[in-house]
Amino acid sequence: MKNHTENIAKQIRKRLIKMHQKGSHLGSALSVVDILAVLYFDIMNINSFDDPDRDRFILSKGHACSALYATLAKKGFFNEEILEQYLSNDGLLYGHPVKGSVPGIEASTGSLGHGLPIGIGMAYAAKTNNKKFKIYVVMGDGECQEGSVWEAAMLASRLKLDNIVAIIDANNLQGFDIVENIQPIKTFKAKWEAFGWYVTEIDGHNLKELKKTFKNIPFEKNIPSLIIAHTIKGKGIAEMENKLEWHYLSVPKEKVSKFMEELEGKR
Amino acid sequence: MRTAFINKLIELARNDKNIYLITSDTGFSILEEFEKLFSEQYLNIGISEANMIGVASGLSLGGKKVFLYAIAPFITMRCFEQVRIDLCYQNIPVKLIGVGAGLTYGNAGATHHSIEDIAVMNCLPNMTVICPGDPIEVGKAVEESLKLNGPCYIRIGKSGEPNIHKEVPGSFSLGKGIRLRIGENVALVATGNMLETAIKVYEILKEKNIDTEVISMHTVKPIDKEMIIETSKRCKFIATMEEHNVIGGLGSRVADVITEENLNVRLKKFAIPDKYVDVVGDQDYLRNYYGLTAEQISEKILSLIE
Repeated sequence: MKNHTENIAKQIRKRLIKMHQKGSHLGSALSVVDILAVLYFDIMNINSFDDPDRDRFILSKGHACSALYATLAKKGFFNEEILEQYLSNDGLLYGHPVKGSVPGIEASTGSLGHGLPIGIGMAYAAKTNNKKFKIYVVMGDGECQEGSVWEAAMLASRLKLDNIVAIIDANNLQGFDIVENIQPIKTFKAKWEAFGWYVTEIDGHNLKELKKTFKNIPFEKNIPSLIIAHTIKGKGIAEMENKLEWHYLSVPKEKVSKFMEELEGKR
Repeated sequence: MRTAFINKLIELARNDKNIYLITSDTGFSILEEFEKLFSEQYLNIGISEANMIGVASGLSLGGKKVFLYAIAPFITMRCFEQVRIDLCYQNIPVKLIGVGAGLTYGNAGATHHSIEDIAVMNCLPNMTVICPGDPIEVGKAVEESLKLNGPCYIRIGKSGEPNIHKEVPGSFSLGKGIRLRIGENVALVATGNMLETAIKVYEILKEKNIDTEVISMHTVKPIDKEMIIETSKRCKFIATMEEHNVIGGLGSRVADVITEENLNVRLKKFAIPDKYVDVVGDQDYLRNYYGLTAEQISEKILSLIE
């Protein structure tokens, strides 16, 4: 029998194929699916959005929001039928997460470099309120080119916030090129360490490794945690994997069933 | 005005552990007492305004009542997109305190002038824009800001501004102008640190037997439409006064009301021309340079109403 979370990740990917018959950023969504599945189904204490002690999640790379919507619906925060309204006129689901649009969105994002400062504010408030929950922020690797990320990075370590967990979905592709050609990912670890974070690098599609890593947080007391999760843009569909164009393309109708079968493992 | 701000905040923080004050490393000699009294509620976040706005948004989501302190252009324009998304889009009740209204930091040059701040804050949905006219109004604005459900920008001077009100106005509320003098001919509608000048203009016009009204329009957004409509019934000449670009500030908002409500009045905007300074000068020097002294304004009004 297959692992429960693995099955959920597969279902989320299948849902994304259906949702992305319009709109862009499917590749970005597919790269973050496994991280989301492990966080929401194995790690975070988040059974109700009304629970003041719930763990918080912010998708700072807001353009991958379809994956978050599908995860939240799978988790039962809202009816899965709502996913069919993704990007539709009069629907509930915008192309970037909007706080208050559906339950489970903690912060509105979409412009890069905003999620980490907000998460750090939440973490700081939690510390002063003696709350034990954690705040998870997922950023893109390209996103780390924004200066506000680094302003926040140096603050988190100064405030000794070991309740903030930043995850870089390092799929190595951004708008025009591979990230490595624009700002080398291989220097991330040293940079974040220099900013006072405990850094670990893992395979962002290895569910066991993700789970094990998250369970060890904080890696060190009083030090913020950063996970560089190496991922594959378009993960799960061979013709999308590591392809820049799937930052932009939507799924042609005639390919839906082929991709579904591929995800089912029939191809 | 800075002192009035911090004194009021100290008073409020005595009874409210959730009040937070964050500075991006400005406020030397002003904020120390707050830090001493409430060290757990104070943070010098470092010179990082964009980060400061985001962190304040998160703190507010965590139940804190956050006041942010920085020089006006840096807290409005350096981090404009953070204000837009992290505060306005999500309607988060963080209070931005911008010091150095208009030309306060005169000879520091245009990097430190705030002549576009009202305009850019005005155009943000959910934002309340407040320019208190004297230290008394600063205190009331800070107190009232805690009742807002969304973000606000409070634009204050630096130090040494006199009290214009003889006593604390009992009915001060955000979005409602204060009529300090009632007149029949000319109405002076001033915001922020031009209120003192408005009173001087009033005195000059009074000597010329011009029956003049004075309004402190401390809240520029939402603008007190009713007060402008009511004043327009008596005074057929309205002069707006602000230390801000002539585009997008108080004068523009009053002009909007006049056109939308089809009011039969003449409007003259006293403001800073749409350009950056091309001369070194302190605040008084630059006001004179731009025709914003009481004498210059009175003379201009007299020539226009002749």
